[in-house]
Amino acid sequence: MLKVKEYIIEKALFLSALITILTTVGIILVLSFEAFGFFKEVSIVEFLTDRQWTPLFSEKHFGILPLLSGTLLTTFIAIIIALPIGLSIAAYLNEYAPSGFRKTVKPLLELLAAVPTIVYGFFALMVVTPFLQNFFPEMGGFNALSAGIVMGIMIIPFISSLSEDALAAVPKSLREGAYGMGSTKLQTVVRVTIPAASSGIISSVILAISRAIGETMIVAVAAGQMPQLTFNPTEPVQTITAYIVQVSSGDVPFGSLEHKTIFAAGIALFIFTFLLNTISFWIRKKFHQKYE
Amino acid sequence: MNNARKNKLKDKAFRIWGISCTLVGLILLVIFIGNIVIDGIGRIDWAFITNLPSRKPENAGIYTAMMGTIWILGITCIISFPLGVAAGIYLEEYAKKGRLSNLLEINISNLAGVPSIIYGLLGMEIFVRTLNLGASILAGSLTLSLLILPIIIVATRESIKAVPSTIKEASFAMGATKWQTVWNQTLPASIGGILTGVILALSRAIGETAPLIVIGALAYVPFAPQSPMDEFSVMPMQIFNWVSRPQHGFITNAAAAIIILLIITFVMNGIAVYFRNKWQKKIKW
Repeated sequence: MLKVKEYIIEKALFLSALITILTTVGIILVLSFEAFGFFKEVSIVEFLTDRQWTPLFSEKHFGILPLLSGTLLTTFIAIIIALPIGLSIAAYLNEYAPSGFRKTVKPLLELLAAVPTIVYGFFALMVVTPFLQNFFPEMGGFNALSAGIVMGIMIIPFISSLSEDALAAVPKSLREGAYGMGSTKLQTVVRVTIPAASSGIISSVILAISRAIGETMIVAVAAGQMPQLTFNPTEPVQTITAYIVQVSSGDVPFGSLEHKTIFAAGIALFIFTFLLNTISFWIRKKFHQKYE
Repeated sequence: MNNARKNKLKDKAFRIWGISCTLVGLILLVIFIGNIVIDGIGRIDWAFITNLPSRKPENAGIYTAMMGTIWILGITCIISFPLGVAAGIYLEEYAKKGRLSNLLEINISNLAGVPSIIYGLLGMEIFVRTLNLGASILAGSLTLSLLILPIIIVATRESIKAVPSTIKEASFAMGATKWQTVWNQTLPASIGGILTGVILALSRAIGETAPLIVIGALAYVPFAPQSPMDEFSVMPMQIFNWVSRPQHGFITNAAAAIIILLIITFVMNGIAVYFRNKWQKKIKW
């Protein structure tokens, strides 16, 4: 009797774990099935090369490039903000800060990541954009710059916390070796600790990029709904995610070609983030145990 | 100036730069919250919390959205807590090291990085359309459960890993079966970490907007939901709706609703941190 019970429990636990696999399979099937319907009507060449994205207009164009450029532009701005600040925080907290200070500051910074993203969207639209308009008077209410900057603030803790963890995992002996050679703290962290922790740092940065690419509400609120192929940060743009939100909250009938576009856009988004996540996971696995 | 002095100077410069970056992060957090509080605090009163949505900003309240959030929170917890913990136990205690457990591990780490809006697309096809649940609370909760499952699984595994093997071995030596050991020894010893993870995951779930927009949750719901099959709105959706409107009154409403949402989020995070500290102190192996 006991054996039967044990067997049933083990199988039930296994099924729970299996749900995660089913989720992935489900995502891939749903996206490819609907995207397949889309690509029966729109050629993949047009999808990848057309420079306009206007599925909701009467003159339809289905080029993903404008959505892609919008996504890359906001992500790029976010990383430009978050990478130097996040890495400096990690280096400072790890090498310079007293441990009490570090223990208080780290969770506080992580609160930045706990704030719902719709709140950041509000902040970008109502505070950052008006502030930036002092410097770019011709800039409109919706723009890539403000959304990108705020997204950068949001992902600072991803980079600072995970990179600090990576720095903290570097064995003390390496660091002490550097001090013994007469290095300053800066030299130690730049020439010894950061290179030694590089796999963890790179993987954290890639995760942050992937997070920025998939971020939705900030760009949906603050970046606008104008898909255009531009790299001018003061222009309104539309990202892949913001487009999906626009269609979903409108009244586009299910099953129409217009509605299928969100799956085509979704699959592009999924492939992007999937590649980045896999690379990040691989780097972490491959190089992690070097010093243990 | 010789080299050593130059290096010392650089070192000092970086110390200042580093502390400024850290403070910038914290100051931004303060500015950010301060701004919203100034915009919205004056709008919060009992009527704001108990009023139904309205076309007039001064009559509109967050009652239906808040009820929707509570429903979603409860049902998501009921679905994701047992599933996530069960999956975590399986991976940590039962799964044999090999291809399958490797695949599960890579897969979970990948799922944690899938953008939430993609879960929305999945939920719309599977729960809303194929299972015909409509844009109901149940469909929304199922979608959010899938979204936070990886977080709960990872937290469960980490806490179970921290239980020393001597405890388990002692239990086996007493003749306990594997499940008896898990249920009577491992789980009680790791429950603090697991609860921390679950609360953090749920606090993430109540802030999510994108997947619920995709499955078709409504921005305007005239009545509070009565059952899991009812249509619903949640606080982030209500905020999104108010932010997208031109009248200034709705912007104030949005700020006020954000204050309430932030309070809920921060309280949940606080409880999670409290749990973590309490259990870490209590159990010393």
